[in-house]
Amino acid sequence: MRPLTYERAKAPQQASQAVLDTPEAKFIGGGTNLLDLMKLEIERPAHLVDVNRLGLDCIEPHGDGLRVGALVRNTDLAADERIRTEYAVLSRAILSGASGQIRNRATTAGNLLQRTRCPYFYDTNMPCNKRDPGSGCGALEGFSRPLAIIGTSDACIAQHPSDMAVALRVLDAQVEVLGADGQVRALELDDFYRLPGDTPHIETVMQPGDLITGVLLPAPRPGTHVYRKVRDRSSYAFALVSVAAIINGRRSARFAFGGVAPRPWRVEAAEKRWKEGAAAVIDTAFADARPTADNAFKLPLLRRTLDAVLQEAEQARTGERRTGEDQE
Amino acid sequence: MSQSSSAPATGSTSPLALSLPVRFRVNGQAVSLDLDPRVSLLDALREHLGLTGTKKGCDHGQCGACTVLVNGVRMNSCLSLAVMHSGDEVTTIEGLGTPDDLHPLQAAFVAHDGYQCGYCTPGQICSAVGMLDELGRGVPSHVTPDLNAARFSREEIRERLSGNICRCAAYPNIIDAVTEVYETEVSGGERP
Repeated sequence: MRPLTYERAKAPQQASQAVLDTPEAKFIGGGTNLLDLMKLEIERPAHLVDVNRLGLDCIEPHGDGLRVGALVRNTDLAADERIRTEYAVLSRAILSGASGQIRNRATTAGNLLQRTRCPYFYDTNMPCNKRDPGSGCGALEGFSRPLAIIGTSDACIAQHPSDMAVALRVLDAQVEVLGADGQVRALELDDFYRLPGDTPHIETVMQPGDLITGVLLPAPRPGTHVYRKVRDRSSYAFALVSVAAIINGRRSARFAFGGVAPRPWRVEAAEKRWKEGAAAVIDTAFADARPTADNAFKLPLLRRTLDAVLQEAEQARTGERRTGEDQE
Repeated sequence: MSQSSSAPATGSTSPLALSLPVRFRVNGQAVSLDLDPRVSLLDALREHLGLTGTKKGCDHGQCGACTVLVNGVRMNSCLSLAVMHSGDEVTTIEGLGTPDDLHPLQAAFVAHDGYQCGYCTPGQICSAVGMLDELGRGVPSHVTPDLNAARFSREEIRERLSGNICRCAAYPNIIDAVTEVYETEVSGGERP
């Protein structure tokens, strides 16, 4: 790890200014991804601004929804009673990721900003346009089984690793950002992440000094909340594919997909076809997919996973009707 | 690192300022250290305080051998910088029990042969302590059928301890040990 200096920020605005004013400075929250990358010298901050004690660790009412502070730990978010009962897809998504120890430390903002787990990003002997812009992409002709099938470019086929972000996308969450100028703005999650194009190292629309201060959840959405994750082992592994779904009886359905794109993947036009079944939804949402030979399996896997989600929701709906609690 | 006006938190005029005061409590004792900010909590415990019970396995959060309790919550000490823990209360395996006065989980691991080489054992035990507390607080897991009703089961132990890898595969005995402690110490004899 490179030599570095450290400070503990006392206020959000001061933290933002410190990162803006200090060369090669970074915020550190939970640090569960950043320290891992620093040990590999993939991340090389010269200065760390510790944002852990800024009071951004509360979940509070915000309009008809909730504002989740940037420093709320993953365990605390998933276990919060309002999240468990009214935003269950978010609880389920968070609980499907990482380990108990990591969830106890990892933060809401850090989860959004975690880096890809593409093996070529981690292997400093290999070219990677995300780690070392202009060096090329080892994955295109390499081992691409876990990587993205849509939203990719000739420069990068890395996938976004977060489960939480997939649930936030289906919930229409916004990211609240404090700029170095002191202004707070709310960004739709879909606008927050950039597709790789020819600059895959620029992953979000964040500007220098920008600090995520929270995530805004709109009013709770009625219906069956499902997060189904398919992976190589049953626990503590990243998704090959995942589906976040909110299905409201026979009225409406919304889906976001994880493990398949550089950001949570959602196509509203595809959702409208949900009564035609999983194949219709996947065919529409992934019409532009460009899988490699290694990861072409993700398309049929997505179809089967979504089919299982639709069945699960239907069972929940008919079960509720039997108990007289149908929400339609 | 050539600029001279950096190092805001150190109070030092050195442009490198690679030593910071860290004051925290470890196993109930007040501890004061001066550390390079790069020192992980794990290395502070092992290399600076001589508490070698906490083990360094992968050093990347994948194996769980370094698990300790910080303010009562389990975490990977390899993925945290010691300077971030000023003011915190840290508990390691040495703080849970002693050879003459074992923590119930330590005793259960011995009784059920929940270890073979034993390298992963301190992290497994610290993780189990944290896990039982989480379960007691109703924190759900990936395998909890009803998010609002987390209950003890062998499946829950397997999922909740999945951040602790044991290459000797003592897992079945570890589950037995944790189950016994839950039945005798936590639930007051209730069968899961």
